[in-house]
Amino acid sequence: MINISIDGKPVSVQEGTTILDAAKQIHIDIPTLCYLKLEKMNYLNQVASCRVCVVEVEGRRNLAPACATPVHEGMKIITNSRRVLSSRRKNLELIISNHPFECLLCAKSTDCELQRMVWEFGINTQRFDGERSHHEIDKSSGALKRDPNKCIMCRRCETMCNEVQTVGALTAFGRGFSTVVSPAESMPVANSNCVYCGQCISVCPTAALTGVGYIHETWRALFDPKKTVVVQVAPAVRVAIGEEFGLPVGQDVTGRLVAGLRHLGFNAIFDTTFGADLTIIEEGKEIIERLESNQKLPILTSCCPGWINFLNYHFPNLNYMVSSCKSPQQMTGAITKTYYAEKMGINPEDIIVVSVMPCIAKKYEAALPGEETYGIRDVDYVITTRELAKMFKEGSVDLRHIQDEDFDNPLGKSSGAGVIFGGSGGVLEAALRTVYEKMTGNELKDVNFTAIRGMNGIREAEIKIGEREIKVAVISGLGNTRKVLEKIESGEAYYDIIEIMACPGGCVNGGGQPYAEEREEIIKMRIQGLYEIDRTKQVRKSHNNPAIQELYQSFLGEAGSQKAHEILHIHGLMVDKKKVVEEADFKIFNV
Amino acid sequence: MNTIVTQSPCCGETTNPQFQKLNAYLDTLAIDQKDPRRKDKLIMTLHYAQSLFGYLPEIIQIYIAQRFGISHADVSGVISFYNFFTVTPKGKIQVNVCMGTACYVNGADKVLREFERVLGIQTGEVTSDQKFSIESLRCVGACGLAPVVTINGKVFGKVKPEQVPDIIEKFLIEETKIEAEVINA
Repeated sequence: MINISIDGKPVSVQEGTTILDAAKQIHIDIPTLCYLKLEKMNYLNQVASCRVCVVEVEGRRNLAPACATPVHEGMKIITNSRRVLSSRRKNLELIISNHPFECLLCAKSTDCELQRMVWEFGINTQRFDGERSHHEIDKSSGALKRDPNKCIMCRRCETMCNEVQTVGALTAFGRGFSTVVSPAESMPVANSNCVYCGQCISVCPTAALTGVGYIHETWRALFDPKKTVVVQVAPAVRVAIGEEFGLPVGQDVTGRLVAGLRHLGFNAIFDTTFGADLTIIEEGKEIIERLESNQKLPILTSCCPGWINFLNYHFPNLNYMVSSCKSPQQMTGAITKTYYAEKMGINPEDIIVVSVMPCIAKKYEAALPGEETYGIRDVDYVITTRELAKMFKEGSVDLRHIQDEDFDNPLGKSSGAGVIFGGSGGVLEAALRTVYEKMTGNELKDVNFTAIRGMNGIREAEIKIGEREIKVAVISGLGNTRKVLEKIESGEAYYDIIEIMACPGGCVNGGGQPYAEEREEIIKMRIQGLYEIDRTKQVRKSHNNPAIQELYQSFLGEAGSQKAHEILHIHGLMVDKKKVVEEADFKIFNV
Repeated sequence: MNTIVTQSPCCGETTNPQFQKLNAYLDTLAIDQKDPRRKDKLIMTLHYAQSLFGYLPEIIQIYIAQRFGISHADVSGVISFYNFFTVTPKGKIQVNVCMGTACYVNGADKVLREFERVLGIQTGEVTSDQKFSIESLRCVGACGLAPVVTINGKVFGKVKPEQVPDIIEKFLIEETKIEAEVINA
């Protein structure tokens, strides 16, 4: 143990502890801005670039950044001398001297860490007025919005993208004042290898990285009398949106959410978990086929477009593993515009499907060329949990005081299996509940596959189905994904079924979810919320969902039928729109 | 890395000698893709690549990134930081005007502006016939000769703005001679 004193108070800490963490132990709260640590995700941004956490260390000439300075025996630290406070203040004032003063109009207002710190420091005048950056705003992808003018160079996004997710889409480009965090060669995000997992958004302290918004388009659709506007809600939204209204974290607000959406004027309110159940039926059939024939294993679930992008860019040799099924979002959209349209006698072209998603990649997915049925887009607009909360507030809906209502039929009924799709491990558990019964013909008594639940980024288990031991793996976070895929590629590991979600913890931690400071704790509570909904559901297996049974009987025929393929599967894998370097490119050097 | 490049020795069809040199150079580095310190060798690789190709086009960046097991963004970030590296082709005749302190106080800025005026391009640009490019750089270590201009490795000291057209003409004549030889051969 190392003995130091902070502001005259003695404290003993482990070797290697930073001044910041040591101070925390005796409840001295040193302000931080660029620093961020998310222990369970192996995320540590410790670049000491903002200099807001500086402290005085006896015997040292310069102030030391508390976040990145380890303690040593006998260290005497002062955290609130005049010199410290005025330096911190000056550093913060210098940061905002090149920040747009448009807080009133900013998407991050009230959630912005920079704004909050300026407020906490009581800064109320603009002391330094110098040159300002003028960079172009990049909305090229239709999913991720980059506004470099609001960047404070904390590098949190880079650490997330390069070290945790190992996507490698972001870098600091240029030097000095003109430096900008951007994709390689400062190219637009749409041309880069960004997979749209959106984790950079959830760590960005300002609005330099946000989602491209579709609130305006959604209101316009709602007020168009010629359109039938159908909304679908992803499972992860119902355990998170309450936070935006001060409700307890992880509380299930499904009923209130439905009532709120009806109040906004949506003509039908459907549940993406219906699509999740449908995915299980279609994918389950594929799983059983591949397991029985022992071909193309492991099979990978394909609900997460972020992860599918990652696979296509980084492991193109493995993309045979992906199931051809559309994601629950796209299936719900496709069934709305075929089955529901036919049933209600509505021309599918007059239907607008809006989905509420915890995710940025879903915006990208909905716009992909292959995601349509009989020439009509499956999903028209995707808004995030945060965007819906804003629409609720604008549209006079207070989730704290609204009576529960039910989803509309027929795409409103779902099983508990569909609900747990929102957390890491849920898709696999849902699939196993169905696959077990279909393969063995026996009833599955205990539907809880607790072996694959939990918060670890990589979880493996062997599940006995009849005579066969099936090797499964659940992975969340793309860095963890890379580790496992490398092992599969080299033959070091073997699995039968794998579930992968791009975001650590799954969709509940998506890039479109409410911003959260105690993130890791909150993710856990959101997942618990989903399992709680599942536990209290009467139907907990996808194939027992009566609405799904009815859909197959009266419309699709059987699982994997030709009609099901036309509507619910992707024809040809998603197109890789990124630049691919081919041999021919090198010919320019053949002089 | 969003790219698919046929592995070793890249692009089997390519008979390009520069490319083969780069590839051989990378082989000698014996890069371990799992080594967290592998990026230490990146800058020298980029130096070498630029000496081969004259600049660092996107595909060379991507190829180097692949060999190092790092992202294209990483390589691009390093290139963008150092003034020395360029991602646009330079002219056959590269004019470098030193803007270090000694040169600057002796009127290097006027010399630079004269090169820009005569060639009709800005610093960092290439003439439309790809013959000339202008760069400004910091201290070439010949402060006694300030202001200094280096052109294709040749050093000119105590340059006055009015000498600029003559210097350009000299190189233009030489370049034309070389071209004529190539055509005759």
